[in-house]
Amino acid sequence: MVGPKVRIEDVSYCYDGRCVLRDVTLDVPPHSITVFFGPAGGGKTTLLRLINRLNDLVEGTEMKGRVWLDGEDLYAPGVSVAQLRRRVGMVFALPLPLPGSIRENVIYGPRLAGIRDQKRLSEILERSLEQAALWDEVKDRLNDSASALSGGQQQRLCIARSLALEPEVLLLDEPTSGLDPVSTRKVEESLFELKKSYTIVMVPHSIQQAARLADYAAFFLMGELVEFRSGTEIFTRPQDQRTEDYVTGRFG
Amino acid sequence: MNRYLVQRLGFALLTGVSLVVVIPVVLVVAVILLKGFEAMSWVFISSMPHDGMKAGGIFPAIVGTLLLTFGTALVSIPIGVGGTIYLAEYARDTWLTRCIRLAIVNLAGIPSIVYGLFGLGLFVLFLKMGTSIVAGSLTLAIMTLPVIISTAEEALRVVPMEFRTVSASLGGTRWQGIRNIILPQAFPGIITGILLGLLRAAGETAPILFTVAAFYLPRLPQSPFDQTMSLPYHLFVVSTQVPGMPEEMQYGTALVLLALVLSMNVAATVVRSYFRRRRQW
Repeated sequence: MVGPKVRIEDVSYCYDGRCVLRDVTLDVPPHSITVFFGPAGGGKTTLLRLINRLNDLVEGTEMKGRVWLDGEDLYAPGVSVAQLRRRVGMVFALPLPLPGSIRENVIYGPRLAGIRDQKRLSEILERSLEQAALWDEVKDRLNDSASALSGGQQQRLCIARSLALEPEVLLLDEPTSGLDPVSTRKVEESLFELKKSYTIVMVPHSIQQAARLADYAAFFLMGELVEFRSGTEIFTRPQDQRTEDYVTGRFG
Repeated sequence: MNRYLVQRLGFALLTGVSLVVVIPVVLVVAVILLKGFEAMSWVFISSMPHDGMKAGGIFPAIVGTLLLTFGTALVSIPIGVGGTIYLAEYARDTWLTRCIRLAIVNLAGIPSIVYGLFGLGLFVLFLKMGTSIVAGSLTLAIMTLPVIISTAEEALRVVPMEFRTVSASLGGTRWQGIRNIILPQAFPGIITGILLGLLRAAGETAPILFTVAAFYLPRLPQSPFDQTMSLPYHLFVVSTQVPGMPEEMQYGTALVLLALVLSMNVAATVVRSYFRRRRQW
C-alpha cells in the first residue's frame, strides 16, 4: 500500500466569517485522477487552491487544518511557497496565455526556477508540448504569439506550461469549461496519459466528465465532503442519499 | 416637438459645446505660432541674451528648462514608480497605506506657489542648497510625484489579476511576476504618467520662482548648485518685468516653451499608442 500523495486533514476555510469548507479530510492517491465534484459553491475550487497555497493571495481569510504533500506539512512555517508551486502545478478554468510567444509561455516557469541553458529549455519545451498533445500543431510556429492559438490549443498550452516544471501533482479547475467537444476530448485523452506520471486532482466540467475520468471521486455539498470513494463505486453505487440524488440528476 | 428633432437639437448643442473646447487651443497655438515665428532664428535659440534681454537669444533659458526637467525626472521617476509598485502590488489595506493615499491625493491639490514656498523653506534655506538647480528640481519633483503615482497606479491596476495568479502558480515570486508580466503590460500607462508629470513640471513658474530661477544670467549654469534661467520664468520676466521689451522676444519665448511641452505630449501619445497595439488583452 502506497501512502497518499496529498493528505487533506480537518481543513476548514472561511472568508470573512463565511465558511466555504468545513472539516474536510481526504487522501489523494498517487498516479491517479481524483475529481472533486458537486454543485457550485461547494468549495471544490477553494480546496484545489489550498493544495498549492494559491489562496495565500486572497486577503481576509482564515484556514484551519493541515495539507500534506508526501508527508510534508505545506502550511508549516518556512515552507517556500514558490518551490511548492513548482511541485504542484495548476491549470485554470479560463486559459490565459501570458503575453508573448508559445515558447515563452512554456519556459516561463523553468526560467524563473533558474534554468538558463537554451538546449535544456528547448528539451523542456518539446517534452511539455508533447505531453499536452500540442506539439504537432505548434512545432513550426513556436515563436508566434500564444494568444493567436484557438481556445482548445490555449488550454493545452496552459497544461504544457504547468508540465514544464515537472510537477508531482497537477491541479485542474474545470479545464474544459470553455472548450468545444473535440478540444475537450483531446484534453481528456492527454489527462489519461498524464496520470501515469503525475497525480491529478481536478474539478470536472460536468458530472459526465467526472464519471469518464475519475479513479477516485469526492462529492462536495455546501462546504462539506459528503462522500469519497472510487469513481466506479460513487457513480454506480453511491452510499449517501444526497450523492445518489445528485448523481442521478435529481438536483444540481 | 417630435423626438427626432429633440435628438438633433441635442446633438447640435453637444457638438457646439465640444467645439468651444477646441477654440482656445487653436487660438493660443495659432497666435503664438504666427507672432513667434518672426522671432524664430538660429541666433534666438542658440545665443545668450544681451542688452537687458531685449536682444539676443534665450539659449540659457532653454538649457535651464531642460536641466530642470531632467533633474525632476531623476528624482521623481524612481520614487514615483517605486512607490506605485509598493502601493499597487504589495501594500495591504492598512491605516498606513490609507494615509499614504490620502497624502498623495492632497499633494495633487496643493497650489503650485505653495510648493515654491515649501521648496524655499526646506531645500533653499533649511538644507542650505541655495537657489539652485538641485533645489528647483527637488521642488518640481515633489509636485510631479502625485501625477506619476496616480497615473501609474491606474496602469498597474488595469492589468488583470489573473496574470499575477498564473505567474504565482508557475512558481514565480511576487516580484518575478511584477518584473516579467505586470510591469511590461503597464509600461505604456506608466510612461504616459511620467511624461504628463514632467510636462507639467517643465511649464511651471511658481515652484521655481524662489528656488532656482535667475532673472537675468547670460551664461550657462556651472554646477547643480548654480542658478539658471528657465523658459516659463523668462517668459514671465520679458512679458511683465522689463519695460520696452520687443514683442517678438515674448512670443518667441512662448513658442519655444510651447513647442517643447507639446513635443513631449506628442511623444507620450506615440509611446502609448505604440505599446497599446502590442497589448494582448
